[in-house]
Amino acid sequence: MALPQAEPKNSHHLAKHHSLSDAFGSVNIKQDFPILFKPVRNQLLVYLDNAATTQKPQAVIKSLYGYYTGKNANVHRGVHYLSEMATQAYESAREKVRRFINARETKEIVFVRGATEAINLVAQTFGKMTVKQGDEILVTELEHHANIVPWQMLCEQVGATLRVIPMTDEGELRLAEMEGMLNERTRLVAVSHVSNAVGTINPVAHIIGIAHRAGVPVLIDGAQATAHLRVDVQALDCDFYVFSGHKMYGPTGIGVLYARKALLEAMPPYQGGGDMISKVSFKTGTTYNRIPHRFEAGTPNISGAIGLGAAIDYLAEFDIDEITAHENALLAYATEALQQIPELRIIGTAGEKTGIISFVLDDIHPHDIGTILDQSGIAVRAGHHCAMPLMERLGLSATTRVSFGLYNTFKDVDLLVEGIHHVLRIFKAN
Amino acid sequence: MNELSELYEEIILDHNRRPRHFDKIPVGSNREAEGHNPLCGDHYEVHLKVNNGIVEDVGFSGAGCAISKASASLMLESVLGKSEAEIETLFNHVHEMLTGDEADTTEDHHDLGKLEVLGGVRKYPMRVKCAALAWHILNAALHNSEETVTME
Repeated sequence: MALPQAEPKNSHHLAKHHSLSDAFGSVNIKQDFPILFKPVRNQLLVYLDNAATTQKPQAVIKSLYGYYTGKNANVHRGVHYLSEMATQAYESAREKVRRFINARETKEIVFVRGATEAINLVAQTFGKMTVKQGDEILVTELEHHANIVPWQMLCEQVGATLRVIPMTDEGELRLAEMEGMLNERTRLVAVSHVSNAVGTINPVAHIIGIAHRAGVPVLIDGAQATAHLRVDVQALDCDFYVFSGHKMYGPTGIGVLYARKALLEAMPPYQGGGDMISKVSFKTGTTYNRIPHRFEAGTPNISGAIGLGAAIDYLAEFDIDEITAHENALLAYATEALQQIPELRIIGTAGEKTGIISFVLDDIHPHDIGTILDQSGIAVRAGHHCAMPLMERLGLSATTRVSFGLYNTFKDVDLLVEGIHHVLRIFKAN
Repeated sequence: MNELSELYEEIILDHNRRPRHFDKIPVGSNREAEGHNPLCGDHYEVHLKVNNGIVEDVGFSGAGCAISKASASLMLESVLGKSEAEIETLFNHVHEMLTGDEADTTEDHHDLGKLEVLGGVRKYPMRVKCAALAWHILNAALHNSEETVTME
């Protein structure tokens, strides 16, 4: 399958991307996403808020419909036909996830609600087990609140200290300082693969290497990575990797915790309930189920897992490296075009980025920019992006953020640039 | 894009560019309150000098989007010289206008003059709080509320 054809308006850029568009062919990926053809404010939607959530391809929508019309039953219990169908579909989604991130075994794949729940799970199980009073956990200045607050809560509960790896003004981690922060009290390093607010791709393999040399395990928050970069948990050698289905073209309410088998086996349960037990008795006590089921109390999000499996199948129709290259081309094209606007300042200029551009425009409030762009059918995000410490570090209260997905085109970027000029006209007019 | 003028009217843009009674604490100010919208970081303080139940002088400071700043500026312009009772009524009418059903027109319609431009936010539910923030701070100031107004 081919990625959207590049359609740069500006002939200056045409030459630059010509070979790229040839390689991608002519089929427009947008056609796979019904919502992209729904008029918004009487115009065709230009969806540039993919870091918040991605749109869903027909294949994912169909899989949800197919599950509820043909397979719905509870998993892991019934002996009847539908229960077997549902269990098979649910467990085959787990295998798809395993293959997608190249985990060794499906046992290492725990279905959760999303990256947030996965981090909370690790904090309250692995964390409670290993982090004691006086111990330290390392996070970074550019984390999403989901990779900050669960650790703050844990530290408060056990009397540990949360330490923060600083970043540069460009939005890159200062790894030399990280080495100095690791010590015999450090129990975990928790770092994002990609910053949701400014798009920095952190050198996670390098970070894991540094931490492991000091004997410290590492959790990678991959919420902003899995739809855009190839992820191989064995090659990374990470101890935990978490991500959300809805940021990679899958449904909301489903996500994944990958953890090394030995860690999962040692960790106490997270929530108690059905499915996570092997035996419950008031007389002889309760014993817990084997992994990964020990961490999936209650009826799971069966349709969500199946939908995530469908999203993985959809992504498998492409070469993930081609998706990365396409989004890189959009990033380069948009960065260059936005830099032509004198009133605009890009926030986050790391050398390695995914297709995320945060910016400020003169003294115009991002919410005003967001509303005016919305009038042209252009969806962007305005605010602190759930990364208030990062905003504080940069001395900003909010930015406007544009984030690309595989269906975005160069034309989308042209429309964005036109929209920003419209914002300027409104605010500059006397 | 023309529809947009219903929200970003010239009056709003003008009051955003040149907010009235901005960065000012009136001499003899005796009522004040502050408030913020944690979602977008908008925050303002409102100061009033009330004498014999009449608002004799006004001022505000803070930062936020064009809608919130223009709303604060237009609000202070309109309450200057009014009695507390009149302001209470005005507050209720503005509140109705900001949150009311667009189709609801004739019977309950109060002529709010310039302030009617703020009604443009009704089409943008996410922005109603921007327009309402200053008014809630004003209300808190008049009721001597010590608590910070929070738009959740």
